[in-house]
Amino acid sequence: MDRRQFLAGIATSSLAALALPARGEATRKLLILVELKGGNDGLNTVVPLADPAYRRLRPRLAVAREDALSLDDEQGLHPALASLMPAWSAGELAIVQGLGYPAPNLSHFRSIEIWDTASRSDEYLDDGWLTRVFAKHPSPPGFAADGVVVGAADLGPLAGTGARTIALANPEQFLRNAKLARSTAGTAANPSLAHILRVEREIQRSADRLHPGRDFAAAFPAGPFGAAIRTAAQLAANREGISAIRLTLGGFDTHANQAGTHAALLRQLGEGLASLRAALKEIGRWTDTIVATYSEFGRRAQENQSGGTDHGTASVQFVMGGQVRGGMAGKAPMLDRLDAGGNLVFTTDFRAYFGGLVAAAYGKSMGEAFGGNVPLGLSRT
Amino acid sequence: MTPVLGAAIAALVLASGLARAAPLGEDGARHLLVRTGFGATAGEIARLAPVERVAAVDAILEAAGTRASIAPPAWVDDPYVPFYKVAALPAEARMAEQRRNTERAFELREWWLREMLATASPLTERMTLFWHNHFATGQQKVRSGQLLYRQNVLLRREALGNFGALLREVSRDPAMLIYLDNAGSRRQAPNENFAREVMELFTLGEGRYTERDIQEAARAFTGWSIDRDTGEYRYRPFIHDGGVKTVLGRTGRLGGEEVLEILLARPETAAFVTRKLWREFVSPSPDEREVDRLAGIFRDARYAVKPLLRAMFLSEAFWSGENRGALIKSPVDLVVGTLHTFGIRPLDLRPAVTASALLGQNLFAPPNVKGWPGGEAWINSATLLGRKQLIDRVFRGSDAMAEAPPNGAAAGAREATPQARLRRMMDRGLATYALDWDRFTREMGDGPGRAEGLVRLVLAVPPVEPPAKGLPGPELVRQLVADPAFQLR
Repeated sequence: MDRRQFLAGIATSSLAALALPARGEATRKLLILVELKGGNDGLNTVVPLADPAYRRLRPRLAVAREDALSLDDEQGLHPALASLMPAWSAGELAIVQGLGYPAPNLSHFRSIEIWDTASRSDEYLDDGWLTRVFAKHPSPPGFAADGVVVGAADLGPLAGTGARTIALANPEQFLRNAKLARSTAGTAANPSLAHILRVEREIQRSADRLHPGRDFAAAFPAGPFGAAIRTAAQLAANREGISAIRLTLGGFDTHANQAGTHAALLRQLGEGLASLRAALKEIGRWTDTIVATYSEFGRRAQENQSGGTDHGTASVQFVMGGQVRGGMAGKAPMLDRLDAGGNLVFTTDFRAYFGGLVAAAYGKSMGEAFGGNVPLGLSRT
Repeated sequence: MTPVLGAAIAALVLASGLARAAPLGEDGARHLLVRTGFGATAGEIARLAPVERVAAVDAILEAAGTRASIAPPAWVDDPYVPFYKVAALPAEARMAEQRRNTERAFELREWWLREMLATASPLTERMTLFWHNHFATGQQKVRSGQLLYRQNVLLRREALGNFGALLREVSRDPAMLIYLDNAGSRRQAPNENFAREVMELFTLGEGRYTERDIQEAARAFTGWSIDRDTGEYRYRPFIHDGGVKTVLGRTGRLGGEEVLEILLARPETAAFVTRKLWREFVSPSPDEREVDRLAGIFRDARYAVKPLLRAMFLSEAFWSGENRGALIKSPVDLVVGTLHTFGIRPLDLRPAVTASALLGQNLFAPPNVKGWPGGEAWINSATLLGRKQLIDRVFRGSDAMAEAPPNGAAAGAREATPQARLRRMMDRGLATYALDWDRFTREMGDGPGRAEGLVRLVLAVPPVEPPAKGLPGPELVRQLVADPAFQLR
């Protein structure tokens, strides 16, 4: 390379840097994951209205046909999710059915670990699936972080090393606490100390690049989930980008007296997601955001004696966004073909779902990270 | 022999003898105490400093106990409540039972932390915790506080006893039989969970066996079950598979006992456990030649733990400069070690239990059968900030300003999730953990070497940011505990 070429190279690369959109490469969207903790009852979330087996399995808990919100000829949405209907009508809500995995584990702890690490059910992986994605495809250098975990102690899909992840209850509090971190520039020969210094710098770097305090015209629901949604919207509005945000809505472990509890939870979920949609539209980020739910498992097809449902297997999840291909995806499990434990047999591996989210959000195909499952097509583009 | 050579040899012998017989000094004493226990007070360091290395190591090993000094919660002797009876209860009574088990797990954690603080042999508790992590068993699945307690008693009894004996008993331990599903494993449908983990995590290590070995071993362990009413171990011959099996090349009508003996006879087992102990006591990256040597000692001692630990504590690597401060404190190290080092003796240990859990180590509830991954995995942005908040709370002192009251929305968010409730409970509780600066300063003295003494007491390695000269004691301590080096041991 001669000197002129070299300078030209510098010129083009700095021009290219200038031409980049503020939030990094055009294909990198924001992925907002919402964990429904405890195992959401998929059968009463998206209801198989046309299947007579449904009413047989759920004599007390079945959602009445006239109450359900019609999705298509066969299925209806739980009425408490009415606030999701505008997104559904706009073709911006995908409903992914029958998500699960082979040899299902019915322990909360083990099953969420399987989901969080996108492992097989007999495999123990150390890093969360998003951590593995970011280890391979890091966010652009100007980003505040790869991932932000809002209001939970566990980092879930962002656990492990190899990604720039921060955890916070709300950005203001994080910034207050971050003052306790040291902005030490040095590295250390001692590998353990070097790791700690790396994390200290990560906190500093993220803290420097977080500017909370944006006000929205959109109203957020009261309560903790609404507060978390507001935080997510603030993070989405942050000038320096973030690749992924994880929120949590807990309480889905409805072993007893499910009907009222479940309806209240779904109402919180629906209203929260609807307010998030409004806020993202307000800041012009609805088309480059993917919002997706997940849960460790669904629940037993047959309701139990306590007016509730026990731990199950396959379930349904929601994906929304301005560029999401709306409509039904995947395939509903057959109610007349339950497994030996009375559980739904999954039709779509959850790793194909996660692979699909990565493809839709980041334009990357990482089949090897998802057990070779072909990613679901979730994006309109 | 020429007089010159003779004198040189004599000098060498004298020198090496001196090196071994030399007193530990304060740095050496601190290192040995902190590695084998949870923190160390200035008094303990001063007492051990004049002792020479071998004598100090032997004294620590000889002090090992087999029973806790603090009485457990009274309910440990209550009859076991079988799960099938709980399941048959009406919803409300079932929930009450669940709440009781959750509460009992908390009480066990408090009891154990108190024992760690009170014990005459911190090494016994460190090893009990090491085996809890090795034979990880979780409350989420076992549920019964009695069974968790009984397992803890077993782990402590063999903490510095014999690994072979411990493996044989843990394999029949009711909490373990429930946790890894062996209790219900029948010859018609052998459950492979225990058989897999006993090879992968307890003895050989991953990849040193085949799937076939697991299937065959699972058959051998069928019938190792529990009495469903008493919760005691019970062998059920009718569901045991008495047929011929082949495990790791040995064929016969193998039972579970034979499979365990086959695993104990493999040299990989001693090396696997030695490597893990190295990461607990020496450094995050085992030296394979040393592991070979130490594993040989472990095998020759027929898995007696003390000879192995003695050799490890007297190894060059244990004392080498580059391995000082090479380990990251676990949450229990941080919490218990800080309380111990600074002489903080809280009446209520629940905030300490909660702090440890929020920082990622909830005793009796490891994340899974692999236990806590440890090392660098202890530290991420959330847990590091959590650690700093905890330290800030304890060392802030009584004259500190109250926290700014949280605004409405944030306050609501803090109340509502279980995590937030725990955090708030911890926060409030930790207010009672504040360090008594007057007493601490009195004990530390105020001589000319005071600052050096404080640095040595608080940190395993020099601070990343050297504090300014002439700081008053409390301010110096605050800076030292906020230094990244405080996370190391």
